[in-house]
Amino acid sequence: MTTPTVTARTRRRLAQWGFVAPAVVFMLLFFGYPLVRNVVMSFQHYTPKTFFTGEAPFNGADNWSNVFHDALFGKALWHTLVFTAGSLLGQFCIGLALAVFFSRRFPLNGVLRSLILLPWLVPMVVSGIVWRRILDQDTGVLNSFLDTLGAGGHTPWLTSPDLALLSVVLVNVWIGIPFNMVILYGGLQEIPKELHEAAALDGASAWRTFRSVTLPVLRPVVTVVLVLGFMSTVKILDLILALTDGGPADATQTLGTLTYQNSFVQLDFGAGAVVGNVLILISAVFAVFYLRANRTEGK
Amino acid sequence: MSKRFTSLATASVLVAGAALAGCGQQRDADVYTVMNSSTDESYHRWDAEAMARCGERLGVTIEQQSVPAAQVMTKALRMASSKSLPDIVQFDASEMPTFAEAGGLVDLGTLGLSTEGIPEGIAEFGSYRGTYYGAARSVNTLALFYNKDVLDEAGVRVPTTWAQLRETAKQLTRGGRYGLALSAGGAEDGVFQFMPFMWSNGGDETDLDGPKVVEALDYWKGLLTDGSLSKSTVNWTQADVNDQFMAGNAAMMINGPWQVETLNSDESLHWGLAPIPVPRAGDDSVGPLGGAVLTVPNTGDEARERTAGRIVACLSSEKEQLTYALNSWMVPANARAAAAWRERVPELDSLADQVAVARSRTAQLGAGWSSVSLALQSAFQSALTGQSSESALKRAQQRATSGN
Repeated sequence: MTTPTVTARTRRRLAQWGFVAPAVVFMLLFFGYPLVRNVVMSFQHYTPKTFFTGEAPFNGADNWSNVFHDALFGKALWHTLVFTAGSLLGQFCIGLALAVFFSRRFPLNGVLRSLILLPWLVPMVVSGIVWRRILDQDTGVLNSFLDTLGAGGHTPWLTSPDLALLSVVLVNVWIGIPFNMVILYGGLQEIPKELHEAAALDGASAWRTFRSVTLPVLRPVVTVVLVLGFMSTVKILDLILALTDGGPADATQTLGTLTYQNSFVQLDFGAGAVVGNVLILISAVFAVFYLRANRTEGK
Repeated sequence: MSKRFTSLATASVLVAGAALAGCGQQRDADVYTVMNSSTDESYHRWDAEAMARCGERLGVTIEQQSVPAAQVMTKALRMASSKSLPDIVQFDASEMPTFAEAGGLVDLGTLGLSTEGIPEGIAEFGSYRGTYYGAARSVNTLALFYNKDVLDEAGVRVPTTWAQLRETAKQLTRGGRYGLALSAGGAEDGVFQFMPFMWSNGGDETDLDGPKVVEALDYWKGLLTDGSLSKSTVNWTQADVNDQFMAGNAAMMINGPWQVETLNSDESLHWGLAPIPVPRAGDDSVGPLGGAVLTVPNTGDEARERTAGRIVACLSSEKEQLTYALNSWMVPANARAAAAWRERVPELDSLADQVAVARSRTAQLGAGWSSVSLALQSAFQSALTGQSSESALKRAQQRATSGN
C-alpha cells in the first residue's frame, strides 16, 4: 500500500476512511439493507414458498391497497395514535413531577428513587404477564383492592373492548415513568442554582419559577425524552402480546401487533412489510420534526 | 506513525468484514438434528431419551433443538432460505400444511414410512392434499375436566348435553367459583376451544356465518350471561383456565390432556374426565385433533433424508409412541399402541373415544386456516363482549374470504 509515490497526506486520508469504513459498512448492512429490503418486499408477493424458491413476484401496489382496505388497519392506526399519545403524556407528566419531587433533599430520597427504577429493570414481557394477573377481573389484586375500598371491584380492565386500550396505556405509563424520571432528574441537576435563587429574590412563586425558569432551561432534555419515548412507544408489540394478544375483539391491535400478525401468523410477509413501512414513515416524520426543533435551538 | 494508522484501519476493516460474513452451517455426517418445541423440561427430557434410544439403534447421534412453539415455523422458514434446515422438524399439525405447500417437505411414503396401523383420521392429520408428510407420535383433543368433590357435594351428575352443561354450570356457580372455565383468548387457544362446540353442532369453518356456528356462539354467550363463565374468559389462555380450575375458581373446565401432569401435582385435587357435552343427546362430540407431527424437510441430500426417515419411523414406532403417550398423557396415534395405552390408563378412556372422532382443523382449508382462525378469534371476542353472534360472525366470514 505504501508505495513511495503516495504522499503522507493521501495515506492519512486513506487511514481516516479506513476507520470510518467499518461504521459505514455496518450501517449499510444492518440499517440500509433491511430498510430497502422492507420497502421492496411491500411490493412483492412474498409467501412461505419464497423462502425455498427465492422467487417473490412483484405485484404492484396490491399489498398496499389490501392493507389500506382492511378495516383493521384503520383501527390499528387509531389505536397506535391513542396509545402513543396517552403513554407519552402519562409517562412524561408523572416522570417530571417525580423528578421535581426528588430534586429536593429529604430523608430516604435515594432509596425511594432507586425503588421507582424497578419497573425499568423488569423485562417488558414479564411486566405484561404480571399485570395481566393484577388486572384480572375476578382474581386480580387490583379489583380485590378496589373492592375492599368499596369502590366496586368488578372493573373489566382487560376484558372489555372499551377499557382494554386504556388499561394497556396505564401499564405502559407505569413502565415508562422511571426512564422519564431519570433523564429529567438529570436535566434538573444541570440547572444552575443561581437561576432559582434569582427567581426567588424577584419574588416569583414556586409555580412561576417552574414555568419561567425550570421548564425553558429543561427544554432540550424534554425533547430528547419525548423523542426517545415516541420511538419506543409507537412500535409497541411485546407488552400488548403479553397483556391482551391484541384483543378482546381487536380492541388493542396496534400497527406493531398488526405487522406481527400479518408476517408471523398469516405468513403474508408482503402485507406485514406494508404496515412496517407505515410505522417507519411515521417515525421518520417525527424524526424530521425533531431535527428541525434542534436546529432552531442551535441558533 | 501513519503506517501504523493504516494497518490498524485495515485490520479493523478486516475484523468487521469477518464478523459480518457469518459462517455457513456445516453438517456433520453422523449427527442428525431434530427441531421441536419441547421447551418444557419434562418434554425435552422425554424427547432426549427417545432420541438417544433411536440413535443407538440406528448408529447415529441425534441432537435435539427446542424452540418456543410459536417460532418453529418462522425459524424453519429462515433456515430454509439459508439452506440450513435441520434433518427433522416437528411441526404443530395445523402448521404443517403451510410448510408442505411451500414445497418444503419430503413425502414420507418415499422414505419407506407407511400409514398402516394408523387410524384414517390420524393419517389424514399428518397428510396434506393426500400426501403423507407428518408422522404423529401422539394426538390429543379437548375434554371436559370436572372437580369430583364439587360435583359430589352438589349432588349433580357429569353433564352430557348442552342443556345439562348449562344447568350444571349454573348450579355449581357459587361465590367466587364459576361453574365452568374455558379459553376464549385471542389466539389459537380460543379457536381450538370453540371447535368442539361449532363442529358438534354441525357448523363448518367454510361457512362461519352459517346458523349452526351462530347457534354455537350463542350457546357460549348464554353461559356468560348466566354468570357461569367468568368475564375474563376472553383473556384466558388454556394454561390460565387450568390455573383457575386448580385454584378452585372453576368447578369444570374444557382443556386437554397436556394439563394432566400439572393437575396431578396437586394430590388434594380429585378430577374426572368426560367427553365435551353435545347439543342434543345422541350427537357425536366432535373435538379438534391436536398434536405435532414429525416431518422430514426437503434438504436435497437424499441419503440424509433416508436416514431422517428411519429416525422418524423409530420415534413414531409403536413402542416409542406408548412410552411418549404414557409420559405426556396424550393418546398414541397408532391403533395398537392406543389399545395398549387404554389398558394402562383407563381413567383417560373418554379421551381416547373423543380422539377417534376428532377432526383436523386444516383438513379443509390447509394453509388458509390461519386467516379463518384470526377472523374467528375476533368474532367470538366481539360476541362475548356484547355484539350479536350473527353480526360478529358475518364480519368474520367477510374477513376470512377477503383475507385469502
